[in-house]
Amino acid sequence: MAWYKGLTRREFIGIAAAAAVAGAATSCSNPKIPWRFLNADEARTLAAICDQMIPPDRDPGAEWARVVNYIDIQLCGPFRDLQPDYKRGIAALEEYSRTKFGKVFAAIGAESQLALMIAMEQGNLSCGTWDGGAQKSFFQMVLAHTMQGFYGDPRHGGNRERVSWKMVDLPYPPVRGQQKYGSKE
Amino acid sequence: MALKHVNAVVVGAGAGGGVVAKELACAGLSVALLERGKWYTAFDCRKDDLRNQRVSVLGCGFGPDDERYRRVTVDETGREEIVKPSNWGYNNNAACVGSGTQSYGAMAWRYMKQDFRMRTTYGAIEGGTLEDWPISYDDLEPYYEKAEWEMGVSGDVSANIFKAPRKRPLPMPPLSPNAEHRLLEPVAKRLGWHPFYIPMLRNSVPYNGRGPCMRCRWCVGFACEVDAKNGTQNTVIPTALASGNCDLRTECMVKEILTDERGRATGVAYFDRDNRLQKQTADVVVVSASATESARLLLNSKSRLFPAGIGNRYDWVGRNLQGHAYVGAIGLMDHEVYDDLGPGASIAICDFNHGNKGYVSGGALCNEFIRLPIHFSSMVPPDVPRWGAAHKEYVRKYYKRSIIVMGPIQEIPVFEARVQVDPVVKDFWGVPVARLSGQRHPSDLAVGGYVAGKAELWLKEAGAVKTWLLLPGRGLSGGQHQAGTCRMGNDPKTSVVDRNYRVHDVENVFVVDGSVHVTNGGFNPVLTILANAYRAGEFIAKNWKSWA
Repeated sequence: MAWYKGLTRREFIGIAAAAAVAGAATSCSNPKIPWRFLNADEARTLAAICDQMIPPDRDPGAEWARVVNYIDIQLCGPFRDLQPDYKRGIAALEEYSRTKFGKVFAAIGAESQLALMIAMEQGNLSCGTWDGGAQKSFFQMVLAHTMQGFYGDPRHGGNRERVSWKMVDLPYPPVRGQQKYGSKE
Repeated sequence: MALKHVNAVVVGAGAGGGVVAKELACAGLSVALLERGKWYTAFDCRKDDLRNQRVSVLGCGFGPDDERYRRVTVDETGREEIVKPSNWGYNNNAACVGSGTQSYGAMAWRYMKQDFRMRTTYGAIEGGTLEDWPISYDDLEPYYEKAEWEMGVSGDVSANIFKAPRKRPLPMPPLSPNAEHRLLEPVAKRLGWHPFYIPMLRNSVPYNGRGPCMRCRWCVGFACEVDAKNGTQNTVIPTALASGNCDLRTECMVKEILTDERGRATGVAYFDRDNRLQKQTADVVVVSASATESARLLLNSKSRLFPAGIGNRYDWVGRNLQGHAYVGAIGLMDHEVYDDLGPGASIAICDFNHGNKGYVSGGALCNEFIRLPIHFSSMVPPDVPRWGAAHKEYVRKYYKRSIIVMGPIQEIPVFEARVQVDPVVKDFWGVPVARLSGQRHPSDLAVGGYVAGKAELWLKEAGAVKTWLLLPGRGLSGGQHQAGTCRMGNDPKTSVVDRNYRVHDVENVFVVDGSVHVTNGGFNPVLTILANAYRAGEFIAKNWKSWA
C-alpha cells in the first residue's frame, strides 16, 4: 500500500497556496534557520515540550511529526496574536531549567522534563515572575496546539506523513463513490 | 448611482432568507438577496479538519472572517471579552450563501406538537419566559412537508411513535445503517425504546438532479464534496435566481434598516464588496440574518420614531437567546465499531423529548457524527490524562472503539440571556457589534443530566466497558442553533413579531429565521426555520401589495 506516499494534485495546490501565504509574511521569515517565527533555541525547547505531550513509543511522537513546524507556521498566521505568549513562556521555562538544573530544558532528561511539565500544568513551578496562572495557560495553549499539529491535517505543517492517522489505522483518503483523488496504486 | 428599487430586500441568504427569496421571486416580486459572506461550492469542501465550521482553530471555513468581525461576550462575573469568529464564544454560524445549511450535518427534524405548546405543557417556570408559540404544529405541517419535498429529506421516521402526525412520508429512504446503528438498534428496542433513522436534508438516492451521499467522514462542518447535502445554496437559491427576479449580492454587509417619517421601512443601507455604502430601497424588508445578527440589525436601526431600534418598543429584541444544551455519553467498547461509513449519525430516539417525570422538557438522542482524530483527541474519560504516553495509548486503542450518543435539550428561554449592541466596540465598517450575555436556566442542566443518563444506559447495554457523561455548563447558550431573539407572539408587549413574522410596529419589516422561535425544540432547528420561511414567504407574496 502506498496510498500515503507522494502528493496528489490537490495536495500540491494546497501546499503551494500555504507557501504563498507564508512567503507574504516577510516579518516572519528568516532564511538562515528553518523556522519562520521561533529561533533555533526556542524551537528546540518547544520540541521537547511537545514530545512530552505526545511522546514517541512504537509510533513516532510530536517532534518527529513536525508539530513545532505546525506551531511555527501558525504563529505567522492565525496564531499571530500568541507570539508574545510563546516567547514569554519558553523563556520562563528555560530560565527555570537553567536555574534548577544548570542545563537547557531539552537536555535535562525525560524524567526531569516530565516532572517539570506536571508542575507547570498545575502552575506549581516556583519561578520568579512567571506566576502559576501564566504557567497553566501556557501549558494549555501548547497542549491544544500540539494536539492540532499531531492529529490535524498534514497540510498545515504537522502530522508528518499522516503519522497519527496511520497510528489509529485511518486510511486516507477513502476512495468511495468517486475517484477524485489521484491514487498512486 | 442609486440602486433600482425592488419589491423585497432579504438580508441574509441562509436557511430563512434563501427560502423567502425563492418564494417571493417565484411569485413575481423583484428581490435583492444580500449576503455578507461568499458563495462556496462543492469544490470548497477542502476537508480541512482544523479550519471548518466545527473546528475553527485556524479560522472558520465558511466565514465570517477573523479580520473584520468581532463580538463582545460578558460572562457571569461581568467580565467582558472581545472575541473573533473562530473563537467558540463568538457563537458563530457560517456566513456564506446557504449559511449553516452549506456546512451542517443536515438533520431535518420536525418539532413535536408539545414543542409549540411548552407553556401549556409545563406551566410557568420561575426564572424563565416559557411561552406557547402563537402558531401550532398543524399550522406549520404543510410547510414542513414542502421543505422536505422541495429541498429533499431522507430517513425513516415511521418507527418513531412520538412524532407529530404527518400527511406524506419522507421523499427519500434512509442511508443503510452503519455499524453503530446496527449495534444500538436492538439494544434500544430491548430497553423498550423506539429507535428510527434520523431524517436528514441529504440525498440518499439521486434527487433534484444531484447524486447521493458518498458516505465520507468529513460531513458536519464541511461543504459536501459531491453536493449531496441539501442546503438553500443548492436548492431554493438557484431556483430564485433562475426565476430572473432575484439578484443575489454577496459580500454585502447590511448596516441598518431605513425608515421614513411615517414609521415604515424604505429599504436598507449596506456596505457592498468594495465597502461602499449603498442604499437599497424596497417595499418589504425581510431580516434573515440569524438570531444574533437579526437582533443586532434591528437594534442598530435607530431613528426618531424608533429610538431603541426597530421592533424594540418594549425591550424584547435580543432577549431569550437560546440554542441547545447538548448532553450525552461516550462509551468505550472492547471491539471495533468504526466502519468509516459517513456521516456517522444514523439512529435516534425521541423517547425522552417529553414526559420525563419530574423534569421540564428533554431532547432527542442520536449517535454522533464521525469523529476525526483531532476531535477524538479531546474526548478523554476523567481517569485518563489529557497528554503524555497514556493519552497517546488511549487515542490509539479507542479511536475505533468509541460510540457517542447525545442530543439537544430544549432550553427554557431566559429573559436576561440576550443580544445587545455594544456601546464601544465596532466592526470593520464602524457598526456596533453584538454583545452577548446571560446564562442557561438551571432546569436545562437538571433534565440534561437525566437524558444523559439514558444515553449512558444505552451505551452500557450495548456492551460499553467504560462510559462517562457529557454535560454542559451554565454558560450562555446559542451557537449554530441560536434562536429566540425576536420572539413570535400575539401580544406586542411580550414579543417582537406577530404570527406572520411581521414586526409588531412596522408593517413592512419581517423577521424570518430562528430568531422568531418561542422555544427551540429538542431538535436541530433548521427544518423548522425552513418551514417558517415557506409560510412567511407565502404570506408576504399574498399580501405585499396591500402595504406597498
